[in-house]
Amino acid sequence: MFKFFLIKLAQLVPTFIGVTIVAFAFIRLLPGDPILLMAGERGISAERYAELKAQMGFDRSLVTQYFDFLKGLLHGDLGNSLVTHSPVMDEFMSRFPATLELSLFALAFAVIIGLPAGVLAAVKRGKTLDHTVMGVSLTGYSMPIFWWGLLLIMLFSSTLGWTPVSGRISFLYFIDSVTGFMTIDSLIAGDWGAFLSALHHLVLPAIVLGTIPLAVIARQTRSSMLEVLGEDYVRTARAKGLSNFRVIMVHTLRNALISVVTVIGLQVGLLLAGAILTETIFSWPGIGKWMIDAISRRDYPSVQGGLVLIAFIVMIVNLLVDIAYGVINPRIRH
Amino acid sequence: MKKTLLAAGIAAMMLGATPVMAKTLVYCSEGSPEGFDPSLYTAGTTFDASSKTVYNRLVQFKPGTTEVEPAIAKSWEISDDGLEVTFHLRDDVKFQTTDFFTPSRKLNADDVIWTFERQMDENNPYYKLANGSFEYFNSMSMGELIKSIEKVDDHTVKFVLTKPNAPFVANLAMDFASIHSKEYEQQLLDEGKPELANQQPIGTGPFQFVNYREDAAIRYQANPDYFRGKQPIDNLVFAITSDAQVRYQKLMAGECHVMPFPNPSDVEEMKQNDDINVLQEAGLNVAYLAYNTQQAPFDKPEVRKALNMAINKQAIIDAVFQGAGEVAKNPIPPTMWGYNDDIQDDQYDPEKAKQMLADAGVENLKMNIWAMPVQRPYMPNARRTAELMQSDLAKVGVDAEIVTYEWGEYLKRSSDTKREGAVILGWTGDNGDPDNFMGVLLGCDGVGGANRSQWCHQPFDELIQKARTLSDQGERAKLYEQAQEIFKEQAPWDTLAHSTVFMPIRKEVTGYKIDPLGGHSFEGVDIK
Repeated sequence: MFKFFLIKLAQLVPTFIGVTIVAFAFIRLLPGDPILLMAGERGISAERYAELKAQMGFDRSLVTQYFDFLKGLLHGDLGNSLVTHSPVMDEFMSRFPATLELSLFALAFAVIIGLPAGVLAAVKRGKTLDHTVMGVSLTGYSMPIFWWGLLLIMLFSSTLGWTPVSGRISFLYFIDSVTGFMTIDSLIAGDWGAFLSALHHLVLPAIVLGTIPLAVIARQTRSSMLEVLGEDYVRTARAKGLSNFRVIMVHTLRNALISVVTVIGLQVGLLLAGAILTETIFSWPGIGKWMIDAISRRDYPSVQGGLVLIAFIVMIVNLLVDIAYGVINPRIRH
Repeated sequence: MKKTLLAAGIAAMMLGATPVMAKTLVYCSEGSPEGFDPSLYTAGTTFDASSKTVYNRLVQFKPGTTEVEPAIAKSWEISDDGLEVTFHLRDDVKFQTTDFFTPSRKLNADDVIWTFERQMDENNPYYKLANGSFEYFNSMSMGELIKSIEKVDDHTVKFVLTKPNAPFVANLAMDFASIHSKEYEQQLLDEGKPELANQQPIGTGPFQFVNYREDAAIRYQANPDYFRGKQPIDNLVFAITSDAQVRYQKLMAGECHVMPFPNPSDVEEMKQNDDINVLQEAGLNVAYLAYNTQQAPFDKPEVRKALNMAINKQAIIDAVFQGAGEVAKNPIPPTMWGYNDDIQDDQYDPEKAKQMLADAGVENLKMNIWAMPVQRPYMPNARRTAELMQSDLAKVGVDAEIVTYEWGEYLKRSSDTKREGAVILGWTGDNGDPDNFMGVLLGCDGVGGANRSQWCHQPFDELIQKARTLSDQGERAKLYEQAQEIFKEQAPWDTLAHSTVFMPIRKEVTGYKIDPLGGHSFEGVDIK
């Protein structure tokens, strides 16, 4: 098992180097120049432009800039934002918990609804319930996030007034950041009102972000369940006279879960990287919104640093999924 | 740990409850500030969160106008040769007392001198910290204009200029000239953390900074020591909401009281809403189509005028601005002093335009129209505008092709004197002075830069240069009026539009005034 872990870890090195090259090149391949964007309609003199370019270090060759970036990265230094002048690492870390919190709630929503829905669809195969679940999940999977988010806001926030339109917590509360998770920090502070407000603010964004993973999980659960339901041992279990509930929950679901767990693990990476639209709609102060701002301002250090960090986190999550899978299913260790 | 429980005002408003202990106004701002030191930045979003709330300047624009009035300086005088401007400071201005700073003295001349030194003196530690990157100060050429700043006494400061410059006093009302506390910044330097000045600002303004949760919210509270008295609202919150549609939903739900930059298509619906007042005002801006006057056949004024007559500007206002704008005939907006209302615009007349082009010997003309890739306050949709122009020009036999580039690239390439074609662009005023439009955008100095028509016309330029040196506004206005006549005859641009600024606010908000310069200030605003 330890050897399996080491191999998986070693495989990450070339991937990581590739990621640094892509992140570095990506923002530079986009047309646009941070200095010109900053100057706007007003323009900037050629001398001042050259001066700023030198200050930002963009007058050096791309190879030098890349190796400086790599060197800094190995020391945990991603440089400073061109806009705020703060360290990119600090900016990222102060926003990441917001994205993680939202992603986890979205995942919880997807699993809690998706898993039973998939099981029900499999058990009632070919019936109305099956068609309904699969139809709804296909719709959810194809839903444009932006439209879906606005639709929910209009219905639940503006018309019915059940949920707040956007934000992370009511302005009534100011909770000091300990973990960065608003729900946990409010509990640490012992403020139930703040905790409820944080939960209240999570409802709509978690539903919107969780919609696609929910559809994926429901469909995966259904097909995996159907596969296992056709196995001989399930028939044997039924022949032994076990109750339908026991056959499904104990004999079928547990075995079907192996592939479902993998899919759930893969969703975590997608959620972290894919929260950008949801964060924009709900003014959620996470890394997605921060990356969008950095890209539009061509803030090179923030974009390349942010991309590398996101990629790194996704790689670690995938590694953990691999290892977990190895634990569940010993055959793949070799 | 829970540090603060901001008083129940906002909850009361949100939940429709009754007891109001403290008044909190929530402003759904459109983006995150880049920082809180206004001298370092050029974006309006940053100024709203810093200079408009926390700071004051020597002089200010009278709320809702572009007229300069006293602020920290109670009066000022300009020497006869226009080279010395002396400001007399108020003696009752205190810097804010917060968790992180307690001032030991009131504002004096040292703070004023410090404010400008940090932007122009290479030996000042803040100059070094920012690498001299004070882009607004630099782009207004303040460093070249100010020869020295002298402390006459504790409450008198004299600016000595290298040349007379009439807009100078108005420049000092701009955000970059916000007065910093020398004592606070020295204290930060002594503590070895000067960069905190950009994160925890201290000024003399109506609101003091409480905290900032990145990309989420900025909190302020009324400054109890404000020299004009404490504000009617107790707390001010900027709820950062980048999507215009979501801002609108929040306004309707009562989660915010004021929102900037509504979608033009939502304005009509907002006006029907009983809970919302939609304030509107002509923006201090202009959108234009700049020909390259250094290239044939656009070097001939009659060709440019003919093309202007071929373009139906009213159709652009109707289709692109959806009525939220008016046709421009001059390069400065009608709300600005010096505007010449006697000017007759070139009327839309395709037949005459065709004739004029034929008379000028122009046949089968092919040209480029540059359409900006972004939406700006003066131009909601440049692509659509360019398409309308293209079809208008086709009617007079001109084959126009639409080109566009990424925004930074667009700005750079359009400045080039060898550029092919006519460029759609615009401008929003900085200081309410006509020189800020006509001098910057049409003066000979701007060729190859902000002067996109690459137009250097001596009679026009002489008037502009002369107006810059006079201090009497009446005399200056006459020169600008003459300059607009020359502009219209020469037609380096087709002046397209002045857009209208809309500001939806909730009915319970009183005292809010639209700033023609595009800022958002909450001084004097109350909630009923």
